[in-house]
Amino acid sequence: MKKNANLACEFIGIKSINPFWLASAPPTDKAYNVIRAFEAGWGGVVWKTLGEDPAPINVSSRYGVHYGQNRQVVGFNNIELITDRPLQINLDEITQVKKDWPDRVIIVSLMVPCEEEAWKNILPLVEATGADGIELNFGCPHGMPERGMGAAVGQVPEYIEMVTRWCKQYCSLPVIVKLTPNITDVRKPAEAAWRGGADAVSLINTINSITSVNLETMSPEPSVDGKGTHGGYCGSAVKPIALSMVSEIARNPETATLPISGIGGISNWRDAAEFISLGASNVQVCTAAMLYGFKIIDDLCDGLSDWMEKKGYQNISDFSRMAIPNTTDWKHLNMNYKRIAHINQDACIQCGRCFAACEDTSHQAILKTGDIGNREYTVIDEECVGCNLCEITCPEPNAIVMKDIDTGQPHLSWLHHPANPYREKP
Amino acid sequence: MSMTQDIKSNRLPNSEIFDNFSDMTPPLTEKQVLVASERCLFCYDAPCIDACPTDIDIPLFIRKINTGNNHGAAKEILSANILGGSCARVCPTETLCEQACVRNTCEEAPVEIGRLQRYAVDRLDKSLPYPFTRENDTGKHVAIVGAGPAGLSCAHQLARNGHQVTIFEAAEKSGGLNEYGIAQYKLVDDYSQKEIEFVLEIGGIEIKYCQALGRDISLAQLREQHDAVFIAIGMSDVNALNIPGEELAGVEDAVSYIRDLRQEDNLANLPVGRRVIVIGAGMTAIDIAVQSKKLGAEQVSIVYRRAQSSMGASEHEQELALKNGVNFICNAQPKQILGDKSGITEMQFCRTELNSSGKLITTDEVISIECDVVFKAIGQKFEDSPLGGGEKPHLDNRGRLAVNENYQTSLNGVFAGGDCINGKDLVVEAVDHGNKAAIAIHQQLSKNTAPKTQL
Ligand SMILES: Cc1cc2nc3c(=O)[nH]c(=O)nc-3n(C[C@H](O)[C@H](O)[C@H](O)COP(=O)(O)OP(=O)(O)OC[C@H]3O[C@@H](n4cnc5c(N)ncnc54)[C@H](O)[C@@H]3O)c2cc1C
Ligand SMILES: Cc1cc2nc3c(=O)[nH]c(=O)nc-3n(C[C@H](O)[C@H](O)[C@H](O)COP(=O)(O)O)c2cc1C
Ligand code: SF4
Ligand code: SF4
Ligand code: SF4
Repeated sequence: MKKNANLACEFIGIKSINPFWLASAPPTDKAYNVIRAFEAGWGGVVWKTLGEDPAPINVSSRYGVHYGQNRQVVGFNNIELITDRPLQINLDEITQVKKDWPDRVIIVSLMVPCEEEAWKNILPLVEATGADGIELNFGCPHGMPERGMGAAVGQVPEYIEMVTRWCKQYCSLPVIVKLTPNITDVRKPAEAAWRGGADAVSLINTINSITSVNLETMSPEPSVDGKGTHGGYCGSAVKPIALSMVSEIARNPETATLPISGIGGISNWRDAAEFISLGASNVQVCTAAMLYGFKIIDDLCDGLSDWMEKKGYQNISDFSRMAIPNTTDWKHLNMNYKRIAHINQDACIQCGRCFAACEDTSHQAILKTGDIGNREYTVIDEECVGCNLCEITCPEPNAIVMKDIDTGQPHLSWLHHPANPYREKP
Repeated sequence: MSMTQDIKSNRLPNSEIFDNFSDMTPPLTEKQVLVASERCLFCYDAPCIDACPTDIDIPLFIRKINTGNNHGAAKEILSANILGGSCARVCPTETLCEQACVRNTCEEAPVEIGRLQRYAVDRLDKSLPYPFTRENDTGKHVAIVGAGPAGLSCAHQLARNGHQVTIFEAAEKSGGLNEYGIAQYKLVDDYSQKEIEFVLEIGGIEIKYCQALGRDISLAQLREQHDAVFIAIGMSDVNALNIPGEELAGVEDAVSYIRDLRQEDNLANLPVGRRVIVIGAGMTAIDIAVQSKKLGAEQVSIVYRRAQSSMGASEHEQELALKNGVNFICNAQPKQILGDKSGITEMQFCRTELNSSGKLITTDEVISIECDVVFKAIGQKFEDSPLGGGEKPHLDNRGRLAVNENYQTSLNGVFAGGDCINGKDLVVEAVDHGNKAAIAIHQQLSKNTAPKTQL
């Protein structure tokens, strides 16, 4: 296994050889998987969520998929519950693995009923394993909320604050609160965790979803004996949602210093770098590992390390939150900024996709000339509003470039724009 | 073919011949179709549509395949080209739609349009209603001569418009060269006949077999008894070499040999020469050379008088011949064929070269190649004798039927299309002519309201 020195980092006082942990889920369900993950080079794991005995029982047929092109998995969902193994077996395995792998992080994910006694009972057992910290699963969107746990707690800030406080009270381990995205404003639960004394938050857990309906049987997928239920959506499709939520918490003055473990659709080193630049201090991965196996850690480490080297970042904290100052509200954007599309004829293959997109659905800013064979698509500069649609739809990577236009005008936001009747007078 | 020199049947075991003549381009699998259809960019004003003589909406049918709507894809194809199934198998796509595909530009590999088209047409859902309906009977009656691709597409289009159609076909089967000419391994499993069954399902089309124009029926009669006539008799004559020895046994016309091949149930029965020379440079030359090889000929040479780069056959087809062990001899002009009553022994050629003004000239150098069979594949000709002695439509400067933009000949109400008029001589183009002639005929018939007396 290669060592990438610049990836070693510390998260809420917990040292990790790299910022990549496996999120609490099947990859971290038992010693066998976790040992394989550590052998492959993962820096840490958040053990699959433990609960009170008796452990829940899972149904058969558990995952549903949303495919993109060519059976590429854009995202999938699951209707699994927390660990279905007895508590003591998990605790024993955690103890042993932590002993055998002292340089790797083990965080124990927990979910018990919203009663002080329940937390008071389980916390000492967890602390005794030698684990590095605990993560409170307030996110599971299916099954567990029907029993008053998971997202049912995560959607009520008061409960988050209360449970977090109990955890800080009954154990000395660092506490990470895992947030559900199934709420309107993610800043509220994060603030509650902060008030309760959480050392960090992690997000996102999975998103309420139905991936598809089987049109033959009229059952949602995954179908259990002809019936389905909403499940938790994950994978690269959820990345944009998770990124935005992470940035909201990082930008919020109330929680600006609250450490964040970023989760949601992270599939490669680039995704990881983006989460870190928008507020995360480390990241957790689930779906990408479930789809490709633990070996992807090699590319995650290597890619991130080389990129940092090239950029001159000595360690993760050097670029952590670097994109936050550039993340702002719409009202602060420069209305005098102008960019327009430019079509590079050498790279254009004349597919006309940009034309169809702009002509049918945007601003009629692309001109089509010539006959088939020597057709040319060009941008009508005056009509182009710089929406990026053509660049997005173009199948050729270098055919359309968005170019900055120097308008010679100063920065002007909506706050001061003459067309804004409520503008702030200078 | 008479059994002379080293010409015999059963050169290869039955099973090997069977394999040799199986589907050359097998159907795509479901997974391959997913990958292939995904590559289509759904181009705006797509160049591939323009390159298809029948203007099939290629991006649309490929998108329908990709969304699992195979029946819709098949309807899309068949509504533009009722023989879309055979075209998918026989079109030289490398010179048509696939040549125009924008995916060639950066990836040097077009979307596999032909194979996707085949996939879709094969999946037309027979449990759903026939995808075309016939308008109410117009009382008009059109005669079509020749049940090849041009005649069939014209018939289907006219039938859809409610006209009554009678096809007069000289042969025992319909399909034209789809049945009698196309290389066996391109159209397997009696595909042409199955396709025609589907065409005829529209109703209102009657085919009269063994009815040859000029022999059993005259153009004048047809004109008298019908509201319009569409001539689609292809080309029934072939060019001659005009060299000494051409009349010897063992010198064969490639097209007629293929005709026998296509109708032979047991291909091992066909007599095959050990050493075969093919004269020509087009699709027919490649076809006869490859099929000879597949039947067990030891040595097959395509001999062409110009450079290989001037060959009519596409690069793709030339590669096919090379892959099958055919060799090419270029810059050699036929001089004479030697032999005696028992058959031929060798053929002599003069070396050619381009002179300073770029004209092909023969030199004194003579090449001689030993052979048992010579196939002539130097082009077909339109035979005008079936048109009879009376009032005849004009021919063009290539000796084929002259037509205007509506596919009408110089005779009022007499239309023509397919190989018997000037064009690229492809199945897909014959279909296009048939479609367009049908539209013109329909327009003309819609103007004259009073139907003629029926047969
Ligand atoms: C060996 C060979 C291989 C070919 N390979 C390909 C290929 O791979 N792909 C491709 O696209 N094209 C190929 N072609 C060309 C293609 O077959 C023709 O362009 C196409 O069949 C023309 O259709 P058509 O309807 O005009 O004529 P034909 O297919 O020739 O049909 C004419 C019909 O008219 C009938 N007929 C003829 N005379 C009379 C008469 N006097 N009275 C009544 N009926 C008559 C014939 O029996 C026949 O049924 C090939 C041609 C040859 C010769
Ligand atoms: C099958 C499955 C089971 C999961 N179980 C848990 C769990 O027990 N506890 C938990 O906190 N999160 C659980 N998750 C959520 C993941 O830890 C993670 O937050 C989510 O999948 C988003 O990350 P990803 O896009 O990298 O998968 C589960 C996810 C999956 C796919
Ligand atoms: S991956 Fe397939 S084999 Fe394995 S548990 Fe799931 S359904 Fe069963
Ligand atoms: S979408 Fe891109 S490749 Fe296609 S025509 Fe426009 S610029 Fe050219
Ligand atoms: S040119 Fe190629 S990519 Fe474009 S629509 Fe046609 S087949 Fe598809």
